[in-house]
Amino acid sequence: MRYVDEFRDPELITKASEEIYRLADTGRHYRIMEVCGGHTHAIYRFGLKDVLPANIELIHGPGCPVCVLPMGRIDDGLAVAKSQNVIFAAFGDMMRVPGTHGSPLEHKAGGTDVRIVYSPADALQLARKNPNKHVMFFAIGFETTAPSTALTLMRAKSEGIRNFSIFCNHVTIVPAIRAILDSPDMRLDAFIGPGHVSTVIGCRPYEWIARNEGKPVVTSGFEPLDLLQSIVMLLRQLRAGEARVENQYKRVVPWEGNRAALKAMAEVFQLRPYFEWRGLGFISQSALKIRDEYAEWDAEQRFPIPGTRVTDPKAAQCGEVLKGVLKPAQCKLFGNECTPEHPIGALMVSSEGSCAAYYNYEHRKAALVTRISSVA
Amino acid sequence: MVRFRDPQIEMAHGAGGKASRRLVEGLFAPLLFANATAPLGDAARIATDGSSIAITTDSFVVKPLKFPGGSIGELAVNGTMNDLAVSGARGQAMVVTFVLEEGLPTPVLEAEVRAMAAALRRAGVVMVAGDTKVVERGKADGMYITTTGIGRPMSHVRIDAQSVQPGDKVLLSGPIGDHGITILLARGELDLEADLSSDTRCVLPLVEAMVEEAGPGIRWMRDPTRGGVATSLNELARDCGLSIVLSEEEIPMRDEVRGACELLGLDPLHIANEGQFLAVVAPEYADAALNALNKTDGGENAVIIGEVRIEPACAVLVTTRYGGSRIVDMLVGDPLPRIC
Repeated sequence: MRYVDEFRDPELITKASEEIYRLADTGRHYRIMEVCGGHTHAIYRFGLKDVLPANIELIHGPGCPVCVLPMGRIDDGLAVAKSQNVIFAAFGDMMRVPGTHGSPLEHKAGGTDVRIVYSPADALQLARKNPNKHVMFFAIGFETTAPSTALTLMRAKSEGIRNFSIFCNHVTIVPAIRAILDSPDMRLDAFIGPGHVSTVIGCRPYEWIARNEGKPVVTSGFEPLDLLQSIVMLLRQLRAGEARVENQYKRVVPWEGNRAALKAMAEVFQLRPYFEWRGLGFISQSALKIRDEYAEWDAEQRFPIPGTRVTDPKAAQCGEVLKGVLKPAQCKLFGNECTPEHPIGALMVSSEGSCAAYYNYEHRKAALVTRISSVA
Repeated sequence: MVRFRDPQIEMAHGAGGKASRRLVEGLFAPLLFANATAPLGDAARIATDGSSIAITTDSFVVKPLKFPGGSIGELAVNGTMNDLAVSGARGQAMVVTFVLEEGLPTPVLEAEVRAMAAALRRAGVVMVAGDTKVVERGKADGMYITTTGIGRPMSHVRIDAQSVQPGDKVLLSGPIGDHGITILLARGELDLEADLSSDTRCVLPLVEAMVEEAGPGIRWMRDPTRGGVATSLNELARDCGLSIVLSEEEIPMRDEVRGACELLGLDPLHIANEGQFLAVVAPEYADAALNALNKTDGGENAVIIGEVRIEPACAVLVTTRYGGSRIVDMLVGDPLPRIC
């Protein structure tokens, strides 16, 4: 497959790995945060830690939309679905995320009409096909998915489809990075910048990280070679004492972003004054709400919302893991009370959640004393 | 003794993964099975008058009823015969139960009955009894079929997870994921198209060829249906207490399957198959077993995909050519319900 195979080429990967060993100063410990949950998943899935020197520590960032959503929002969405008798449509990633009274899938088994969709456009199609039912799309995601929600809303409005609404949980990435950098217990050397988000917002919004905070940022793709090349680029900057924003993912990410997508977002959304993030607390201007022009399709304006606020279970340390302060396995519940089958926090559910990625791909590898070479 | 504590049944309990296992081990086995702690294989053995027979049963609820490469009727015969074959038994006879939905057009039913008849002929098995029930419109998506197969154990074959040893080789009969991805695409819910068809077939000829050449070396077999290769091998790893280490580049897979999985974020190792099987073979018999498969029709793409090691115990590890590795767990949840 083009754009996949060449970025998994063993020879190129080995070369990049050797270059990293050459560039990394053995007397120094590097703390590099990959902001995006997609990167976290790729790092574990491809076993990249096995090809990196021990003094390069990858810190998992907050870029997992399912993980940062506070439980109260899930409770609110499910409460609307139940009390208003609407079809609750969401991405598959959301389905096993625990709410106070169970996940969307458990609500489905209990009789709530819950549907998995692959895009907001599919949810709108569901509304067209079920004119006598109301379909509410539970929208999550960073700037990656917000444009498709915006375009779907514009379509619903232009077609006059009135049995459709959006429960909007879209958040923006830059305020989250700022919150991480403001956190006193965080010492980071550099960032692997989000790939998918940057296809929409471009690379410019990260320039303050380099300029004001003095930390290099490299926007990266999701294949093994992408991530290793990005680490090479970061190490080169660190060696030279530089801090710039670079774009490794040029084949997809335009420096200026995607104007059409940004325009659609501006048409439909405005910034919320503040929004609660799991683990990070309330962050100002960090989330999107639907503009009044689209109020008819805004589930929060259309239906009574309980406004549930739930504090995370005390023992769960999702917040610390989300901020990168703790590694997944350092949480007291990891692998005991909290597993992918019986998740307590969303980080154990989403494919982009660092706990799920660590549990699924890495966890029992720790038992290995010797490094495993490939099977003949 | 009953430990099944899930408050209600969810789709995942039928997905063949962790939840299914919990339901069987926590509720069905302790209350229903004669020997609650016996390992759960694909078929059971019953001793009768000095000889023994193998017996297994399977229900088919696939949606849609027809899909590229097969249909529910064909699946209902092949699936049950394959469970017998990978237990080291040749299917002899079968009984069937139809649950039909009110309003099901007769031509649709007849087509499935004909598909079953053809599959029975190919497998050399006779249908000896059956039952029919009809439920109200809207209750059964056309039809559900349950088949029960009875077979005669092959001599010199002993399938037992406990006999698996470090150093044993893991064989796979052909490319993975065709059935699951075909069904997913056949539902038409995704705007994806691929030239792909289900791999449903009777694997008995392949198993027989392998038994002929390497019978005493065969330690374990399984057809990786729901939950895929990863789930079958995790069950093996758990049952034998050892590690199954797979080499990613050796695992055969069509580009269409790989592409669909990349797009949808699925692991091909979790995708269902209906015409493949896994075998663990003693190292000194591995080449003979592989040659036997390769020269049999439909076994040309069989390969050795890995081996059994001591560590990490009770786990499946996949290694890459560039030296990375990852654990692959059993399927959790149910990404593709009603696949067979």
